[in-house]
Amino acid sequence: MFERLKRRNHFGGEPFRDRNESGEYLSTLARQLTSSALEEDCKSQHFECPGLDSLFGWYEFDLRLNSWDTKRMVQLNIAPIAAAQATWKRVSPVLVRDTILLPLLGLAGILLLWWFVATFGSQLLPTPIEALQANLDYILHPFYRRGPGDFGLGWLLLASLRRVLIGFGLGAFVAIPLGFLIGMSRQAMLALNPIIQIFRPVSPLAWLPIALSIFNLADPSAIFVIFITSLWPTIINTALGVSSVSQDYLDVARVLEMPRWRRITKIIWPASLPYIFTGLRISLGIAWLVIVAVEMLTGGVGIGFFVWDEWSRLNLSSVMLAVLVIGVTGLVLDFAIGQIQRLVTRRPVKSV
Amino acid sequence: MVKPIQSLDQSSIDRAEFLKIENLRKAYRRPEGSEFVVLDGIDLAIAENEFISVIGHSGCGKSTLLKIVAGLEKATSGTVQIEGREIRKPGADRMMVFQQYSLLPWLTVRENIRLAVDEVLKDASVQQKKRIVNEHLNMVNLIPAADKYPDEISGGMKQRVGIARALATRPKMLLMDEPFGALDALTRGMLQEQVLRIWESQRQAVMMITHDVDEAIFMSDRIVLMTNGPAARIGEIMTIPFKHPRDRHQLRETSEYYELRKLRAEFSGATFRS
Repeated sequence: MFERLKRRNHFGGEPFRDRNESGEYLSTLARQLTSSALEEDCKSQHFECPGLDSLFGWYEFDLRLNSWDTKRMVQLNIAPIAAAQATWKRVSPVLVRDTILLPLLGLAGILLLWWFVATFGSQLLPTPIEALQANLDYILHPFYRRGPGDFGLGWLLLASLRRVLIGFGLGAFVAIPLGFLIGMSRQAMLALNPIIQIFRPVSPLAWLPIALSIFNLADPSAIFVIFITSLWPTIINTALGVSSVSQDYLDVARVLEMPRWRRITKIIWPASLPYIFTGLRISLGIAWLVIVAVEMLTGGVGIGFFVWDEWSRLNLSSVMLAVLVIGVTGLVLDFAIGQIQRLVTRRPVKSV
Repeated sequence: MVKPIQSLDQSSIDRAEFLKIENLRKAYRRPEGSEFVVLDGIDLAIAENEFISVIGHSGCGKSTLLKIVAGLEKATSGTVQIEGREIRKPGADRMMVFQQYSLLPWLTVRENIRLAVDEVLKDASVQQKKRIVNEHLNMVNLIPAADKYPDEISGGMKQRVGIARALATRPKMLLMDEPFGALDALTRGMLQEQVLRIWESQRQAVMMITHDVDEAIFMSDRIVLMTNGPAARIGEIMTIPFKHPRDRHQLRETSEYYELRKLRAEFSGATFRS
């Protein structure tokens, strides 16, 4: 698919040769980077990684086809599976079954598995019912304050969200201009590429000691780690978006004799916005993954530390609840950024 | 009923040579070093109010010729002059209608046209710009779709936006790169007539690339036939003797029409897709 993207870039041939070369280079760079990123994610989560190419294929699919399409973006991971299934079995969409029954079936399956493991496999793990009973207080009173360090889950969540959003915001603030620069200028790309290549594969947690040594405080250090985490996907996707602006649009700009600056603001910026948002989405997703781990290490108020703290008390019910809360929050974050994308790109959502 | 038009007014050379292409050659360098010649020895003059079609097989370099005239590509040697000045870069005096429409998908139909007007007619007031945009939306019957986005309208409508966008900047010359090539037959016919009506009401120089003989005969004053590439040349220039405004059905009842088509077929040496 990148081949196709490249060919589209080269549509115009002669002009912008310099940029096209860097664009071509960037797309291969992005390919390497993204596939290794996926590989890493898989490794870090102890998953088997069969057919990485196909995983990467999904990524491109979403990047290209769904970049405008927020509704499908929410289903980032399941869309390709659904598409694959549709090819071997054309089912007529039955609304109730598809939107309620089948998702419930999946949910019931996982609860059953949990129950099974809790009953036969683990002494510590509570059954779903036990967990629900134990968590009733947390669920009913998300915003309690009962003395120092004893806050409701809502407060913990807000504390973590605050760190993520500050770090992510700073990251976007730095990454988008940098990505733009790399996409526009071959020199900038050559200068910054080695840095990106070396630092991007580093687990964000490795930055924590460095951050702690600089800031001497847990909270700014956590934010710094999130900042670093947010940089790479946004830089790479922004650069890719900028360098792969369709030659057709650039031809329009040239025929209209647009000056350079207006060409950037009127054509290149809006044309690469979908890519930028793809980068932001990936960044925010990873930032939300990382904050839990960071908080486990730094302590303090936050959903991540809560998980570790409750584990130290062997209170697995709370851990299970926290996992659920973290998951739902991640989903909401992704949905929110999709809505922002829709607003910013001023494009109507297509029905799927 | 159709009479041949008078030969072009030769009293004014400037008018007859509004656009002048002289000894144009375009070659690409292959990676291994040898040259690939696309166009060779092209000489052509287009008058101020003339509608010219360039016909040729795929890959004969007719699009390259148009891009050189547009300034989007550079000739290897030879000159292209417009009103005596040499063309080196794109300019608002030659506006392009692209085959793939090239509308900006993040702007509505109105905003797409407005963007072009903003860029080219910098001195116009906001009121004037609005009026120009509305005029051209109206000209291509797109007022009802003015606030839709390009992906919400049909291909024919998109190309009407492309044409309105080009005309709204008041260019001296209109360049069209297979403007109807991506459209279905019905839409194509309707749009051909619409464009011809607009052109007949406000004449200007037009250079249209096409591979549709009927389209070329119906619309243009002269047809430039390109030989097959590589190193394509101008094989023949046919003058179309029909008066404007033209009617497609009347045209087809004349014997000249079929002679023109036959000539064309003989030239290519093969039955031509039409």
